[in-house]
Amino acid sequence: MTDFNHTNREPNFLEYKGKYKGILGWITSTDHKRIGLLYFYSMMFFFLAGVVMGLLMKYELISPGEQIMGAQTYNGLFTLHGLTMIFLFVIPGVAAVFGNFFLPILIGAKDVSFPRLNLMSWYLYIIGAIIVLISQFIGDGPPDTGWTFYAPYSLKTNTNVVAAVTGAFILGFSSILTGLNFIVTMHRLRAPGMGWLRMPLFGWALYGTGWIQLLATPVVGITFLMVIAERLLGIGFFDPAIGGDPILYQHLFWIYSHPAVYIMILPAMGAITEIIPTFARKTIFGYTAIVISSMAIAFVGYFVWGHHMFTSGMSSTSRWVFSLLTFLVAIPSAIKVFNWTATLYKSSINLQTPFYWAIAFVFVFMIGGFSGLVLGSLATDIHVHDTAFVVAHFHYIVFGGTGFAFFGALHYWFPKMFARVYNFKVANTGLIIFFIGFNMLYFPMFYLGLLGMPRRYYDYLPMFHSANILSTVGSWIMATGLLIIIINLIRARKGSGKEVDDPWDGKTLEWTIPSPPIVENFEEIPEVKHGPYEY
Amino acid sequence: MYSGASNFVTTTDTAFAVIIGISVIFLVGITATMLWFVYRYNKKRNPVATQIHGSNTLEIVWTVIPTILVLVMFFYGWSGYSPMKKAPEDAMKVRATARMWSWLFEYENGIKTDTLYIPVNKAVALDLISVDVIHSLYIPAFRVKEDMVPGKTNKMWFIGQKEGNYELFCTEYCGLSHSYMFTEVKVLPQQEFDTWYAAMADTSKQSAMAAKPGAAGRRLVQVNGCLACHSADGTKLIGPTFKGLYGKAHTVITGNSEREIIADDDYIIKSIYEPNEDIVKGYVKGQMISYKEQLSKEDIAHIIEYLKTLE
Repeated sequence: MTDFNHTNREPNFLEYKGKYKGILGWITSTDHKRIGLLYFYSMMFFFLAGVVMGLLMKYELISPGEQIMGAQTYNGLFTLHGLTMIFLFVIPGVAAVFGNFFLPILIGAKDVSFPRLNLMSWYLYIIGAIIVLISQFIGDGPPDTGWTFYAPYSLKTNTNVVAAVTGAFILGFSSILTGLNFIVTMHRLRAPGMGWLRMPLFGWALYGTGWIQLLATPVVGITFLMVIAERLLGIGFFDPAIGGDPILYQHLFWIYSHPAVYIMILPAMGAITEIIPTFARKTIFGYTAIVISSMAIAFVGYFVWGHHMFTSGMSSTSRWVFSLLTFLVAIPSAIKVFNWTATLYKSSINLQTPFYWAIAFVFVFMIGGFSGLVLGSLATDIHVHDTAFVVAHFHYIVFGGTGFAFFGALHYWFPKMFARVYNFKVANTGLIIFFIGFNMLYFPMFYLGLLGMPRRYYDYLPMFHSANILSTVGSWIMATGLLIIIINLIRARKGSGKEVDDPWDGKTLEWTIPSPPIVENFEEIPEVKHGPYEY
Repeated sequence: MYSGASNFVTTTDTAFAVIIGISVIFLVGITATMLWFVYRYNKKRNPVATQIHGSNTLEIVWTVIPTILVLVMFFYGWSGYSPMKKAPEDAMKVRATARMWSWLFEYENGIKTDTLYIPVNKAVALDLISVDVIHSLYIPAFRVKEDMVPGKTNKMWFIGQKEGNYELFCTEYCGLSHSYMFTEVKVLPQQEFDTWYAAMADTSKQSAMAAKPGAAGRRLVQVNGCLACHSADGTKLIGPTFKGLYGKAHTVITGNSEREIIADDDYIIKSIYEPNEDIVKGYVKGQMISYKEQLSKEDIAHIIEYLKTLE
């Protein structure tokens, strides 16, 4: 651990006073670290709002019949829950917060390539989010289409679809610009001596992600514009009543929205790949294999979208081709899991909170991945498609995967961002409760799906009752764990914890500089002489 | 749970067993290895880590083995699915229509039901039609599901192998009452089915039913799914109840203005053909589509007779 000494330092990024003071100083700052935190605070707000919506939905489902809301409210709620969680939390996710904060530091740069564009991305994110929220209050009521906006329902419903879709369209630009910025940063700003194969693996994960954001997001942007045009002008792209094709909508939507799952999960895998070597006190096993698997996921991920449409009436040929490709995209993820596990062999593990998160991540991510195999296979997907099984699967991937990695990364980099440590015991207790609640909430949904309970169900037959009770109680336990975790971090941020520079003795570049980092990260740009994880 | 209810259960459940079986072995194996490493290579037990950068042999091993295993899974999934696409020539044909939020089944002899009746051990081929948004016909016990896409006729077939009643759900979210859009498949012994089938088709029986005032209208209301949104007993659902509707005064909203109307024949016809013109106060616009294609003026006359019986 480095000695802590506040004197003789340049002002750190938290205390730096620029042209403006207070909040203005933050929302006009082009410092990548401040932008990372702007994303962090706004995303946490939306995430917690999404959690509350989820809890209300689970409460409604505790028994058949109406508990606390009517069907229309419920349908609006699962739509808003999906929109909030997908577009405002997991898609920007680990990349927007930790990518912004740490990518430049990890590669030895003073900032991203286009700092002003970076700030503009955050503004686009906020504008998009505000429009999505406005859609709840103006027009003929909150959208009730689900986050997928499937045509022709999204064209026929009276609710305020246009505003929600416009918000999502703007959010897309935020994502595209962030991806572009990161790609250019990695090409242009790596420190002297840092060849591509000396770049930390979080960087590689963001590189793969950046290309998906750049190439796939425009597709959904155009699709959303077509929905708006169809609703306002009755053009007839997707509504068969006026000559459109609803299946076309599904293709266009999933050409983006499947790769979007990799936008969510790749940076998460990257963050886990940073955590494991630090606490194993050991270099990562199979650096090159992990790089190749990240790029393979980013590439093959473009060609599997059809597995969302196995029951749409697609031709048999497209069904088996998409099924085969879906199985192939599973392999690079498996390779990562094997390499993480192998890294632990003959290591010297420092059992700390971030490491527990990483282990918990690998476990829930595996369940998510394996259940994905059930959905990739044709006969089994026919049975569980559009049932609670799918809901369980993607919550294990996007919440179990991205969410766990987000909290893991937060506990890992928290001392670097704020120069404080949190109470480890409380953090670990929170994690255990959260982990138990998480599995109790989502695992019964696999069973419900196998039993045949359709998804997006406001009410259900008594045969589905017992598993639903378990799931709802799980949601309460999970929320309790989450509350403990968050309060613990807030207390640490407010100054209850010890001041530190580096509690973990990490080896990547962010741990070579003081905490919190100074405004331009490095007093002198470092020269890199070896790979990132030389213990 | 419903083992053997249809001809697709065994193949589909085998695919489930293969995929879930392999997955559980790997999940348990990897988790146990990970936990063992965490225990064995804890910094107290192993203070100095051995730096290992990787192994090409291992990378190849754990690329090739999962590749073979997922190809096996793919094969089981594909072979379980491929017979679902080829309905036998002699299958009994039923036209299944979905609309917000009810089902209609039309048989070759012209009878219409809201529940699917099929004979046991006989191939049944469904033409899947939707008149409004996308629905999806799902019979969990049979392991079959296919979307019903407006403007397109998807197909599905199966053989019910065990007598009994099975749930039939809509699994594609279709709006307000999506979760109430379910019915049953009744698998009957061949003889019982034949009797039912003949009786339903028997015109004399239909006319006998028609003799009772409003009976023909009542059947039309049932098979067209009207009761999903309009109750016959005064309960408030998505649309106004049928009870006490006919001949009474109602406040409706036309465009932006309120007006009083009397629910006479013309009003009923207009409400069925152009349901969004006049909205009864307190109800939401845009929930109902026009039934111009489905109901003739004669049909509506029968329905009006039925409405008159609901005082």
